[in-house]
Amino acid sequence: MGLDRREFLKIAGMAALFGLGGKAAIDIFAPGELEASMEGIPVSKGKRWAMVIDIRKCLAQQAKDKDGCKQCIIACHRAHNVPDWGDPKIEIKWIWQDSFEHSFPDQHNPYIEEELRHQPVILMCNHCVNPPCVRVCPTQATFKREEDGIVCMDMHRCIGCRFCMAACPYGSRSFNWGNPRKAPKELNPDYPTNRDYPERCKGVVEKCDFCVERIARGELPACVEACDKIKAHALTFGDLADPNSNVRKLLKEHYTIRRKPELGTEPNLFYIV
Amino acid sequence: MLDRALKGSQGYWGWLVFLLVLMGIGAGCWLYQFFEGLKITGMSRDVSWGLYIGQLTYFVGVAASGVMVVLPCYLHNYKAFGRITILGEFLAVSAIIMCLLFVFVDLGNPVRIMNVILYPTPNSILFWDMIVLNVYMLLNIIIGWNVLAAERKGIHYQKWIKVLIYISIPWAFSIHTVTAFLYAGLPGRHFWLTSIMAARFLSSAFCAGPALLILLCLIVRKVTRFDPGKEQIRTLAGIVTYAMLINVFFFLLELFTAFYSQIPGHMHPIVFLFKGLDGVGNLAPWMWAATVFAVISLILLVVPSTRRNEGTLAVACAVLIAATWIDKGLGLIVAGFTPNPFETVTKYWPTTPEVLITIGVLATGFFVLTVLYKVATSIKTEVAA
Repeated sequence: MGLDRREFLKIAGMAALFGLGGKAAIDIFAPGELEASMEGIPVSKGKRWAMVIDIRKCLAQQAKDKDGCKQCIIACHRAHNVPDWGDPKIEIKWIWQDSFEHSFPDQHNPYIEEELRHQPVILMCNHCVNPPCVRVCPTQATFKREEDGIVCMDMHRCIGCRFCMAACPYGSRSFNWGNPRKAPKELNPDYPTNRDYPERCKGVVEKCDFCVERIARGELPACVEACDKIKAHALTFGDLADPNSNVRKLLKEHYTIRRKPELGTEPNLFYIV
Repeated sequence: MLDRALKGSQGYWGWLVFLLVLMGIGAGCWLYQFFEGLKITGMSRDVSWGLYIGQLTYFVGVAASGVMVVLPCYLHNYKAFGRITILGEFLAVSAIIMCLLFVFVDLGNPVRIMNVILYPTPNSILFWDMIVLNVYMLLNIIIGWNVLAAERKGIHYQKWIKVLIYISIPWAFSIHTVTAFLYAGLPGRHFWLTSIMAARFLSSAFCAGPALLILLCLIVRKVTRFDPGKEQIRTLAGIVTYAMLINVFFFLLELFTAFYSQIPGHMHPIVFLFKGLDGVGNLAPWMWAATVFAVISLILLVVPSTRRNEGTLAVACAVLIAATWIDKGLGLIVAGFTPNPFETVTKYWPTTPEVLITIGVLATGFFVLTVLYKVATSIKTEVAA
């Protein structure tokens, strides 16, 4: 039997652990691109990856830009060949914005600050500790990596039954309702945007995977890098299992909330409000 | 035995050709879907299952209901049903074929369907659904065929068939329970997250399935020389009545929990179904029609004189099938996705190709049903002669 994708991801992770980035890793790893913010973070060594999203910092950045800041979304969708269908019914999104009210429907409060209520919140896969999507998948095409808790997606095994979409309580999963290559050309003039990232066929589900391919190379997820680049620093990625990590420090210092914690999914995304 | 299906009247062949045309149209639309992707359907990222999965759910119920003939016959020694067990079993076979086809046409990547077997995943309910449906189909094919063959030869069927019959009885309950578990274990889908789901599924199956069987019996009596029997139809009508009463009772239990607790998550999908939510109310006329149909069917079934009259019984069965179909084949799936995880509403309505593919699958099921019933009724008439 040849290597399957899952094994490949594991080996790639191990290789990075021992500093053995493959040729592809060196090709893409353009010198000088390394952001200062990731110094001191052993990105490829996490035991339980998590993200802390500072809504205040994000909103401050949104206010600076008259169209609102979408740098993280643009970076992610470019890095992962996510096409723009121009139709909210069939759109594919790994990371996106929705209002606070929609993002946290369990925090129902008609008198919450007007400011916050309609403001955009950054959303993506929660990489749950107890992911319902993984539980229901009939082919193990979506699975949780035991070594670091990332909920991965094998788009080349998925049969497109969409059971995971019914199971995910966060709307974090997108289905390729059409062939990504047939997405409107005028919206996607340079598609595929990243030749180094696999393309997929129609009829499979996809979602945020915390940039497994980047953290295997010791890089931060594309969204975090993009946010740091514009010095907004609203997204912090780190290891929840390490008591001295950047994310644990933020969680210690701030009051944070998670989406729908009552469902027992244990999201690994935390929001500072 | 299958050769009996090759000799038939003009009406028989005309009906088969009609079904073949529908199958052809469905197949053509499916090819279009295969090349373009599921975006040709009315489904969306918010309502990611639709008409196909609704039909799967409905016809699993029809398949399971075969047990309502088999159980009284073999466990209670109710001999009268011995005459029509074959009709129940062959209805189950064709219903399961439809179910498997509905799953197949719903897949985004049908060429990878064998991944379900290549990577068996016991924690996925869909994996178990695949197993119980296929085994139930095999059980019914083997049992039905062997019992019929034995009847043709005028001998008693072999002992091992009896073992399979006993297995098939709890198995029928399992197929609809497992299908309910597809929905009833998902966090965050309030409409589905209810422990009464499997019980509701079984009760609606045990009224809708036998109701369909009554209609089929009446048709068989009309178009063949085989008479399924007056007593048989009368007993089936009794089963349909009890099951429909339980079905409606279970639904009212859901209404009580939702509207007495007044928890928004529990109320929203029901409000969406019967009134509309956030300006989307396209299912409301359907749900009210289903309510009216359910009431009409219950009146006709509960009143002894209309239940015993085969004309009014047929009307009761037809409106009952319509009511349960709207509830389970249409409302159940869409309401499970409404409102979505962001508490907003996305409208779903099937597109024309989606409806034509659905009709194509139904035609396939009825094609198989016609052929199997032709074989069964021909042999039954030969034996009687």
